[in-house]
Formats: sequence, C-alpha cells, structure tokens
Amino acid sequence: MKQKSLMKRITGSREALLAIVLIVLFVIVTAISPSFLTPKSLMDMLKNNAVMMVMALGMLCVMLVGGIDISIMSTLALSGMSIGMMLKYDVIANPVLAFVIAIAIGIVCGFVVGLVISRADVPPIIATMGFMYIYRAMGYLVSNGGEWASAAALGSFKNFATSKFLGINCVIWVIIVCYAFFFWFMKWTRTGRKIYAVGSNAEAAEVSGINVKNTKLLVYTIMGLLSGLGGALQVSVYASAMPDMQYGGEMDVIAACVIGGVSMNGGRGTVLGALLGSLILATIARALPLIPFFNQLWLNTIKGLIILAVVIINIVLQRAADRNALKEREM
Amino acid sequence: MNKKIISALLCGTMILGAASPVFAAGVGDGQKIALVGKSAGNAFFEIAAASFQETVEAEGGEVEVVYPETATADAQIKVLDNLISQDFDAICIAANDVNALQAKLEEAMDAGIKVSSFDSAPNKDSRQVFVNQAGTQAVGQALMDAVLDISGGEGQFAILSATSQAANQNAWIDAMKSIMEGDEKYSKLELVEVAYGDDEPQKSTDQTAALIQNYPDLKVICAPTTVGIAAAAKYLQDNESTCKLTGLGLPSEMLEYTGDDNAHSCPYFYLWDMQGLGKLSAYTTMALVSGDITGALDETFTAGDLGEYTITEADDGGTEIVLGEPLQFTPENIEEYAELY
Repeated sequence: MKQKSLMKRITGSREALLAIVLIVLFVIVTAISPSFLTPKSLMDMLKNNAVMMVMALGMLCVMLVGGIDISIMSTLALSGMSIGMMLKYDVIANPVLAFVIAIAIGIVCGFVVGLVISRADVPPIIATMGFMYIYRAMGYLVSNGGEWASAAALGSFKNFATSKFLGINCVIWVIIVCYAFFFWFMKWTRTGRKIYAVGSNAEAAEVSGINVKNTKLLVYTIMGLLSGLGGALQVSVYASAMPDMQYGGEMDVIAACVIGGVSMNGGRGTVLGALLGSLILATIARALPLIPFFNQLWLNTIKGLIILAVVIINIVLQRAADRNALKEREM
Repeated sequence: MNKKIISALLCGTMILGAASPVFAAGVGDGQKIALVGKSAGNAFFEIAAASFQETVEAEGGEVEVVYPETATADAQIKVLDNLISQDFDAICIAANDVNALQAKLEEAMDAGIKVSSFDSAPNKDSRQVFVNQAGTQAVGQALMDAVLDISGGEGQFAILSATSQAANQNAWIDAMKSIMEGDEKYSKLELVEVAYGDDEPQKSTDQTAALIQNYPDLKVICAPTTVGIAAAAKYLQDNESTCKLTGLGLPSEMLEYTGDDNAHSCPYFYLWDMQGLGKLSAYTTMALVSGDITGALDETFTAGDLGEYTITEADDGGTEIVLGEPLQFTPENIEEYAELY
C-alpha cells in the first residue's frame, strides 16, 4: 500500500519534473537545430551562463531565509571593475590575486548588506535596492566615470576563461566545484540546515537556539562572495570590464531560482533545483537564437512565457503534493 | 572691521572672476551652453563631451555638462525642465528618444534657448540642427565595402546589431541593404540574418554562436555596435573560426582582435572621430547662439580649424551638419587610437 506509483513519485518531486522539462527542451531544440547537442555547444552554453549559474547558489541561500537580493549585479560590477582597473593600470598582474581581490570585495559588499538587513531590520528588497544604486555608482567611480578595461588591458587574466583542465574549460570547473560544495554544504552541514530552519520558521529556529540574525548575515555574505566571484568570471569570460555589465541581470538569477522551485517565502528549495532552473534558463538563451524561422523580437516574450509556465506547473504540483501529504496524515 | 575688508576683497575677486571672460575674445564670448548626455558613465560619449567643453571654453564661453539619472527620455525631460528655468543660451543634446522630448525642447526654443543636438537626434521639430557623426549613407557604404572586401566578393554574411529598436543601427542596416540592392558588384553577397545581441556581452555571444552554427559557410559578420563587435570578436577568435568580422567598434576594445592574419578575427573596422564630433558640435552651437546660423538649409559657417561646413538636409527631413567619413582602424593605426578611446 505504501509503495508509490512511478507517476506519483515523479509528480511529487519538483526536481524530477524540472529534469523532464529540461529534457523536453533539449529534444525540441535538437530536433530543430541538431548542432545544439554537441559537446562544444553545451560547453559554450555553460561557459556563457557561468555567472548566472554560480550566483543562483547565493540567491538560493538568500531566498531560503525568506530574503531577496537585487544588489548582486552591482556588487558584480564593482568587484569586476575594480580588478579590471587594477589589471589595466598594472597595480596587480597575478590572475589568482585578481580572483582573491574580487571575492574579497564581494564579501565586504555582502557583509554590509547583511548587517543592514539583519541588524537594522530593513526589509531585504528595500535594503538591497539601496545598495544596488550605491555599488553600481561605486563601480562607475572606480572606472573613472565609465572607462572600460578591455582585452588588451587584462593581460593573462583573461586566459583563465580560455584555458582547460582535464579537457574541460576552467570556467566550467568553477561551476562544478561551486555546485558540489553547496550540495554538501546545504545538505550535510549544521550551518546549511540552520539556513533551512530559519527560512521555514524563524521564531521556532530562534527558540531552538539558532542565531537568526547571524544566519541572515551569513547568507548575504555568501551572496556577496559569489557576486565577487561572478565579477571575476564575467571579466575573464568576456575579456572586458565595463561599469554597466550585467545591468538588470539579477532578474535572471532570481528567475533561475524561482524556476528551480525555490520559494519566495523561504524554507523551500534545493541546490539541485537551482541547478536545473539555471540550466533551463541557459538552454532557452542558447536555443532561441538557433531557431532560424523564429523572429528574434519574440525572444524575451518566449522566455517570460516559459518562466511562467514552469512556475505555474510547479505550484499546481506542489499543491497536489501538499494535499496528498495531508490526506496521509488524516489516515 | 576685518570681516568687512575680507568680504570686500572677496566681492572684488568675484567681480573680477565674473568679468574676466571679457578679456578673451572668441566666437563663444560669454555664452552659457548646457550639454545634455544620454546617461553618465559612457567613456566614449565623454570624449566628445570633453572636446566640446574644451572648444567652447577656448572661445570664451562656458559649458555645463549634465547627465540624466538613467538613459531614458523621462530622465532627460527632468534635466531639461531644470535647464530651461536657468539662463542658458543654448542646449546641445544627445537624445534618448526621437519623439518624446519634442514638447520640452519646443518649450526651450520658445524661451529663446538655441537647441542643437549631436550623437543621436531628436525629431526635426525638436531641434534647430543636428551634428551627424557620419552620414548614414557613408557608414552603410563603408560597412558594405568592408564586407565585400573581407568576404572576397562573394558568399554569406550576417549582421549582429544592438537592439531591434536602436535607431542608429537600423538606419545603417537599411542603408547597407539599399546599397547592396543598388549595385551589381554586391550581387554575389547574401545577407542571411540580422541578429540582435541587445548590447549585452552574454547575449551577443549566444547570437554569434548561433550564427556560426546555423550558417557553417558564413564568411563575414558585420556588427555595427561596440559591445556586439567586441563579444563577437572574442567568440570568433577563441574558436579559431574562419568567419571574419568587421563593423563599428572602439579601438581600445578591439586592439586584441585586430590583425591581418588568421590568429585575429577582425581585419579592420570603423568608427567616427569622437573628438572631432565634440568640436564641430561646439562650433555649431556657438554659431547658433551668436546668430551666424539659424539651422536653415544651405547656411554655411566656419568651425574653427575644422574649416567650412554647410548645413544639409537630414534623412528625417530636418537639417544636419555631417562631420565626415567614418575613420578606419587597421592593424597599422589601431594602437595609436587605442590610447584615445
């Protein structure tokens, strides 16, 4: 009696459903444009969406505690622009040091955001809106009012994005390492479980001895760290640092999480979901230009429709799953 | 007592300071001009703005460069509101929208403020004259000839543009298409697609990759936009593609990708002279204020050491002054220009 049917098991798991959506997308696109499903094309796709994929992990943490962060792309621009200018004016030359500096700037930015939200109790959307303007403006200031650091100025730093390790592009290794780490961190560490606990019920978490304020501070700092990393990746992948880079890109990161089944109310969402959500977005971005008879003006419309469709299916299935769970309890 | 002396001294210096422009006798004597940009933080635009300011100041006038909060027409209207209430002699604007600024700019002209524009024009009723960086036809011709030359005279080519609504890009693309149809020598070229990368590196990379995958025989991509050309150049060069690139780009951004050999993706590309544009716009605006020109067709004036210019008819039915041919950046001269912009 307890054995669930396969159908139920699939519809009961958001991740399985998302995987199916992703596979269907792959099949459709490959049918129209066979060159889509080649290793090179897929590697290109991952590399071109590395920034969004890595930052979706941070957004997952933030959304798990019921927050949101729309300052992330400003942090990315500030950290990316800072190392861009340092490389351009020969302050530093070492690529590793550039990564460390970008990440450090990101951590500081995220920590300040976290302080304002956790200690001053400012609603996250308001606080991060403020920092969105502040960090973006600081990015412009760092760039001397709009200078670009271009390919020629970036020296060996840009080679990171074209070099390979064990046959796989280094940028993709960064994605793999980040996802592997967070898969372990969210599932198997005490801190990871605390994030879930705070998001599910902050008061209950507080009573059971979890420092809610510090947990919130931590997730925004993690988000900042990943934004800093994103800044370094962005500059390396596109071999150019501009103060307006990824303007408006935070919505893609939030969309990746939402598609991946991360709840806006906190407490619900997985690393696997974030991975599948960002892969679905990446596939759409990569695939739509490949479809030849497709008017490119419709690209954003289709993207929006797919986001809505996936989220609606998600919610319907979640309700069904909740109802089933309730039914079992009554029995 | 001391305070009085100090304030008297201060007053004295202020009067001297205010009166000092009288000693410089230039065509812009005592003129107060506002330069309205599209948005802050565009290094490329700032080259023209700096050159504008320098020129006017050398002629004895003063310039206030104002940027709207965002790159929208709404934000520019707020800026204009503010400027009209002050005592400016002229406003020179790079418009964020063709039609949206009309009411505000007409209000300014009714208030006796001269309105010129450069970089991107508001519609013909919103301005007295537009200073065009390079004629639409000249840009289209240069790009078409580059495609013809790089492709070896025949084969497929594609265009990677900014957004589908970008007025400048669309005008150049239309010019390219009509030039292509109008001359037999382009008959072996085939324009397979116009793709839009929205001036984002990520999207432009996706679009470039899609073009290469969909058209394996593609010979040339022409990207008449600075972000697009840099992203496409990087993708093509990293993938050692046989497809070559040309278009409109910034020398400093393209330095790494420009070369005649197979290791570089771009043999040569174009852009206009931003310093010259700023300078010509400055002289045009000063001539409007001094009454040398009114912005009517066929008027002529002297733009300092740039020489004599004539007002001609613009594509939109208004009037314009065309700076000249676009500049070509080749492996030989790119390093020199990369220092500038």
